[in-house]
Order: sequence, then C-alpha cells, then structure tokens
Amino acid sequence: MAPVLEVTDLVKCYGDLRAVDGVTFTVDEGEIFGMVGPNGAGKTTTIECLEGVRQPDGGRVSVYGKDPYEERRTVMERIGIQLQESDLPSRLRVREALNLFASFYAESVDPDILLERMGLQEKAKSPVSKLSGGQKQRLFIALALINRPEVVFLDELTTGLDPQARRSMWDLVREIRDQGSTVFLTTHYMEEAERLCDRVAIMDHGQLVALDSPRVLIRDLGIERRVSFYPLNGSKDLGFEALAGVELVERRQDRVIVSGSGKRFISRVVNALEDSGIDFDDLRTEQPNLEDVFLSLTGRAVRE
Amino acid sequence: MRGLSELTKTSIKLYIREPIAAFFTLAFPTMLILIFGAMYGNDPSPIFGGLGSMDVSMPAYSALILGTIGLLSVPITTAGYRQQGVLRRFRATPMRPLTYIASDLLTNLAMTILGMALLFTVGWLLYRVQFDGNILLLLFAVILSGLAMSSMGYLIASIASGARVAQVIGMVIFYPMMFLSGAGMPIEFLPPSLQRVSDFLPLTYVARLLRGLWFGEPFVDHLFEVAVLAGILVVFGGAAARYFRWE
Repeated sequence: MAPVLEVTDLVKCYGDLRAVDGVTFTVDEGEIFGMVGPNGAGKTTTIECLEGVRQPDGGRVSVYGKDPYEERRTVMERIGIQLQESDLPSRLRVREALNLFASFYAESVDPDILLERMGLQEKAKSPVSKLSGGQKQRLFIALALINRPEVVFLDELTTGLDPQARRSMWDLVREIRDQGSTVFLTTHYMEEAERLCDRVAIMDHGQLVALDSPRVLIRDLGIERRVSFYPLNGSKDLGFEALAGVELVERRQDRVIVSGSGKRFISRVVNALEDSGIDFDDLRTEQPNLEDVFLSLTGRAVRE
Repeated sequence: MRGLSELTKTSIKLYIREPIAAFFTLAFPTMLILIFGAMYGNDPSPIFGGLGSMDVSMPAYSALILGTIGLLSVPITTAGYRQQGVLRRFRATPMRPLTYIASDLLTNLAMTILGMALLFTVGWLLYRVQFDGNILLLLFAVILSGLAMSSMGYLIASIASGARVAQVIGMVIFYPMMFLSGAGMPIEFLPPSLQRVSDFLPLTYVARLLRGLWFGEPFVDHLFEVAVLAGILVVFGGAAARYFRWE
C-alpha cells in the first residue's frame, strides 16, 4: 500500500535559518505518527508544509500522492488540521463555528455528533472566548474532524493543558485513529510521544535524527536499567554482581541500586532478590524512556 | 456557495454582537439625527436650495456609515483576524480566499443598508425627510462607494502590524474626513478655504454622489464622482491585493 504522506528532502528556510534541512520520511495509513523535538527543531514547519499552508523551498511533500500546496483545495477536503497558532472570532459560538466550518467542505459530519464526542454539548451556545483551554482545544479538534478527514494533523495539541486534560486528549487521539484516520502529530512532550505514537520521528536543528517505534528506539539505545530496593534486615552481600548483565551494585542511604543492561536484566535481578530470601521494601525499577533517547542522540535535554 | 452564504450569515451576526462597531454603524448616525434635528429642525432653507437640514443629512450620514465601515470596521476586523490567527485558520480549509473577501464585502454592504434603513426610518418618522432619487442608482452608488472605502480599509489592514495600529491609522484618516467631506456636517457650513480641502478627500466624493442621486439629480452630472471612486477602487484595491497578508 502506498504511504499516505511522503516527505522527500524537505527544505524550508526563514532568512538564513534552515528551519527544516533535508528531511525524508513516510507515514502509513492508520498510524499515529509523532514528531518530537525541542521548540525550534522544525516540527511545526514540517507539519505546515504537509498541510499545504506553507510552501517548501526544496524537496517534495505529498499527501495521497498530491502536492498539498499546489493542489490545496483538493488536499484540504481530505485532511483535518489543528494549527498551533490560530484562533476563532471571540464572539463566535461553538455550534456556529462547527456549522461555519462544515460549510467550507463538500462533505461534513453532523456538528451535533461531534459536539457530543468532544463533550461540548453544554457549551454549544458559548462564545469561543468563554471556553477553558481544554474546551477550546476540543473545539479545534472538532473543527479538524468536521470533514471526516482521512489524515488528521495535530500540532502541539496538548501544550498548555493540565495533566488530566492531556490524558483525555490522548484517548481522543486514539479514538480518532480507531475510527479510521491516520494521525500526524507534533509534541515536545516525550512521554506523550512514547505513550501515544506507533512511530516517532525525532527532530533536532531541522534534521531527522531518529525514526522508529518508541520501543525500538529505547531498546536500540542499549542504555542501562536500574532496580533499586530497601533491604529491611541487615546489609549482607547479596551477590548481584555475579548475575549476567549487572554492571554496578551500589548503596545510597541504605538503598541498594543495581544497574545494568540486557533484555531480561530486570526480571533476573528481581528473581535473584526473591530467591535470596531477604526481606525488602519499596522495590522500584527504572526503564529508559524517549527522553533518554533524545538525550543520548543530541547530547542535551528536550526542555533546557 | 454554501461557504459564502454561511460565512456571510455568521459575519453579520458577529458584526451586530460587536457593540462598538454596531454603535457606530447603526446607532450613531441615528443619534446625530435626533441631536441635530432638535437643533435645526427640517424647515426648508435657502442654504440647501429649499431642502431641510434633515433632508440633506440623510445622504450625508449614509456617506458617514460607508466611511465608518470602510475605514474603521474593515481595517480593525481584518488586521485583528490576521493578528489572532483567524485568517490562518480559515486558510487551513478548502475555502477560497476570494470567498472570504466576497463575504466580508457582502456583510459590510448588508450592514450599510441596515444602517441607512434605520437612519431613513427615524428621519421619516420624525421629519418626513424626502427621497427623490432612483433607488437602483442609489444602490449602485452605495456599492461603488463601499468598494472604494473598503479597498482603502484593506490596504490599511495590510500595512498595519495589528488591530490597534489599523484602528489608529483608520481614525487618523477618517475623522478629518468626517468633518471636511460633507458626510458629518453639511459642506455648506464650511468656509470656502476648507471646502477646497474637501476636494482632496475620498469621502467627499461619496457624500457628493449620494446627495446628488438622493435628490434625483441626473446620473450624468455625477460621472466625475463615479470616476474618482472607481479610480480609488482600482488603485487601493490593487495595492491591497498586492500587500494583503493572511498571517
């Protein structure tokens, strides 16, 4: 099956700055594809080139084989867009916004169904300016879904939302995919990309530094994992050093921390601990995450 | 077409919900009728060639409405929508840019006609003001004037960085014209030197054209005003199209 989105050697400059500098990737149907990286990495520029609201300076982008900038109106009928920096007239009411945007498309979903799906029924008559951050974001998603799009673009969807609202957004994004759309999103929250996306593209300084599923990205990192616990009686030598994969055993304020790597490292340590028969408390495991992947690829944290 | 009618319908609602815009377009001209009517009445006067002060105020205040909408509403709304990202959001749909402009013009035409209807209704109820012209010619003049004033408004919006700057530029251009063009007060009240200044103000041609056609003067006598307004439309409309920014 041909990919839904294709980006080949994409270049976009703002003055001397190469905001996107030779990026190539494809997105398949039914994926939740995430683009992560710090602010200024080129995520928004890339997504806006795909949406057809920005013209690339070099390379090619295509949506279902069509150039989104040259064939803007054809492509716009098939995609749904949530923009990072956009707004609606403040006195426009929620249902009016949905009716208005529905009228821009050849085919559209019943606004009432979307209001219900987004939990905005009670806000149908509220002006846009009276909505909370989360409600407004749900309205923008509703607008992005009004034409029953085949691909949905979500740019920094959860920025500025509280953790609870963020989680409910994640459910919403999964639901959008389950109803048959391909989802392309950008975020600078690594946890969000890790939990939500089938594949993640890591961007830095306008370039793609890694692209795979979060699981494979983390696995390939070969970074160490940790098991730590608090032994309740005594501090005899537990012999963890002898276990395969263990690299370091240390004690910090009565806590034992075992570091190492390998596929079954954690279960091996936990089993040895159980077998040793000592009593322990507060067992914790630390797995590397996408944040660590970014750190190891670029040498710095996402949010500095 | 569904997009155009829905957008126009929505824009009209939004216009009326905006209290300041609605006041200046709908209430302010009517208020002037009440104030100046109480001061001067509408007795026939030789200054106005036998017409009353309120009679000549009808086309004058109509020109005032056209100036307010074109030079204040258009730049403030357009620059504000651009600044807020509303235009950006509209651009992320299959809607054509021309649909947006057409809808904006239709909305403003509707508001102009509504304002004029209100003005005439009050004028007729209180002072039995006259209308001696051809309604279709008047409509033509209103549309042409609206397009000319709006083209200036779009250019202001295009060069202003945001809504506040657009508002200031619009006011700087509009307020002197309001007093010197014959739209805000009869041109006959101005000393001859200031009347000459009015020859250089765009709104003057709106006021002259509307007044002539309102009282049934032959259309051919006003071809000069029509030509000036058409020229403004071409020059400013062209510049606005060249400099218009969606974001």
